[in-house]
Amino acid sequence: MDAILKVENLSVLFRTYAGEVQAVRNISFEIEEGNVTAIVGESGCGKSVTSKSIMGLINKPGIVSKESKIFFRDENILEYTEKQWENYRGQGCSMVFQDALTALNPTMNIGKQITEKILVHKKVPKKEAWQEGIRMLELVGIPNAAMRMKQYPHEFSGGMRQRVMIAIALTLNPKLLIADEPTTALDVTIQADILEMMKDIQKTHGMTIILITHDLGIVANFAQNIIVMYAGKVVEEGSSEDIFYHPAHPYTEALLRAVPRLDVSEETLETIEGAPPNMAKPPTGCPFAARCKKKLPVCEQTFPERVELTKGHEVCCWLQKGDR
Amino acid sequence: MMTDKDRNLLEVSGLKKYFKVGKKKTLKAVDEVSFYIRKGETLGVVGESGCGKTTCGRTCIGLYEKTDGQVLYRGEDVHQMKGEKRRQFTKQAQIIFQDPYASLDPKMKVSEIIAEGIRAHELAGSEEEIKKRVGELLVTVGLDASYGTRYVHEFSGGQRQRIGIARALAVEPEFIVCDEPISALDVSIQAQIVNLLEKLKKEKGLTYMFIAHDLSMVKHISDRVMVMYLGKIMEITTSENLYNKPEHPYTKALLSAIPIPDPHVEEKKVRIRMAGEIPSPINPPSGCRFQNRCPYAVEKCRLEEPPLVQMEVEHFVSCHRCGDIS
Repeated sequence: MDAILKVENLSVLFRTYAGEVQAVRNISFEIEEGNVTAIVGESGCGKSVTSKSIMGLINKPGIVSKESKIFFRDENILEYTEKQWENYRGQGCSMVFQDALTALNPTMNIGKQITEKILVHKKVPKKEAWQEGIRMLELVGIPNAAMRMKQYPHEFSGGMRQRVMIAIALTLNPKLLIADEPTTALDVTIQADILEMMKDIQKTHGMTIILITHDLGIVANFAQNIIVMYAGKVVEEGSSEDIFYHPAHPYTEALLRAVPRLDVSEETLETIEGAPPNMAKPPTGCPFAARCKKKLPVCEQTFPERVELTKGHEVCCWLQKGDR
Repeated sequence: MMTDKDRNLLEVSGLKKYFKVGKKKTLKAVDEVSFYIRKGETLGVVGESGCGKTTCGRTCIGLYEKTDGQVLYRGEDVHQMKGEKRRQFTKQAQIIFQDPYASLDPKMKVSEIIAEGIRAHELAGSEEEIKKRVGELLVTVGLDASYGTRYVHEFSGGQRQRIGIARALAVEPEFIVCDEPISALDVSIQAQIVNLLEKLKKEKGLTYMFIAHDLSMVKHISDRVMVMYLGKIMEITTSENLYNKPEHPYTKALLSAIPIPDPHVEEKKVRIRMAGEIPSPINPPSGCRFQNRCPYAVEKCRLEEPPLVQMEVEHFVSCHRCGDIS
């Protein structure tokens, strides 16, 4: 399958009083068109910064390095003009944020917030835009859509608000949807409903989705491809099959074992001791070395190069080099 | 033989906690719940947001006044305790809060936060001794003894939750309400905290009431689990039973919604869907609270509230239809 998005040597740093925080450090990956790719990692691993770079939302004090390239269908979006960015955001790529209550405007009714986007991008009469808005709300499974259009965000429940966010993101039919922890703040039952709805729309519209999450559970039933990030680096990527059943990086393995499972009884949970490194002074070697149980002397000195294990399954780990 | 009275640390009967909302409305956060917690066990409490699990936990240790009913701790009514008795109770029962960012005073040094309880209950004779105790507690929860001189903002979420645990342990309690202690933390850190809680329980013979919405974690840590919905208990049983043979339709729906980190298992999973969304606890449905979302509801469910009935040993369910459906 073709790649809709290619990220090459992306680095993002933030100049802060505490020093330069290197949130994303020289990462490269591709996103296959028409598939769901999950970017998995813990807080501070750089997954949200990566997604914001793809949307062109990195502002001061954040800096995207000059060597970075992000190709959307062979155009380097980092060289876009402001006008091109506007077009790309919305029609090319769209984003669903984690916290719908802060992402939606509390002083505007939902209808206005949906039609605003349509009216900016398309020259259509207001009435038509309003009808389109109703259609979008129905698409994401909001009952009484026509009446709901006139309501304000506080009149919606958490789950419904997230559906509104998704409806806004989906208007104009973007090719690529980035969902940044879309269900983290929700109850499990509502989370399951929303994921099911997203999956349906993805299939019927043939959309490409990048799912940013820390929850491997929701990834299992949603994504075809998985990218695992740690401390601003991509440490492993592969198909869902590769990552869940043949994890090659000790961090991926540990992450999978740290989650308790409903269908399995375990005595004690395996933990990953310690905490992720300080990104203002990232280690020169493998960032996971300090917490890794299989650490080699070389791990702390040099960051391992990417090794392809099987087609599409790549890992950055010294254990996979040479002697294996 | 040991009677139930000897085995139970906490006995709750017909507990109600209502909040006034506006002038005329009442929010029935906890509405006539009865359960017990045995000495040395972990009772998990699960349910969606707004089901009353946190209110229930806080009322049980007397942080909220009750509206009606009774909470007995070692046979003593928690809400009637006065003076020295009440003081003793605050030493025996402690709580760990959900949000480690909001529950620790940013203006206090970590050592002061932990020492506060020790001073209040006069558990140490001298300043020297207090300092020693604080150091020991920090080490117990897996932090460095020297961290006492720092302030809370210098710590990560997981470390802050450890400080919260050290504060609760400082007064040597026997019963701790853990109110969603891990939901604000990262996956790899969650496992660390849960393992720490389990280790402490074993070492100090603690009893936990573990409130959470993450059922997989609750199953892992609990001996018995209580499922709540809109202020009522739907089902209480051993954690094994709950996952292997749940009886209440709500429990089944909740279980089927939990994602399992295994693509092959996920593919085969059948979801039990609930209609609509959780209703407002200010105006709950008549009869069974769950009837308007239940796929099995019949006329009786709309009219009569089902009592909590014992199905077998250690398995209580409140549902009119749990015998008919399987």
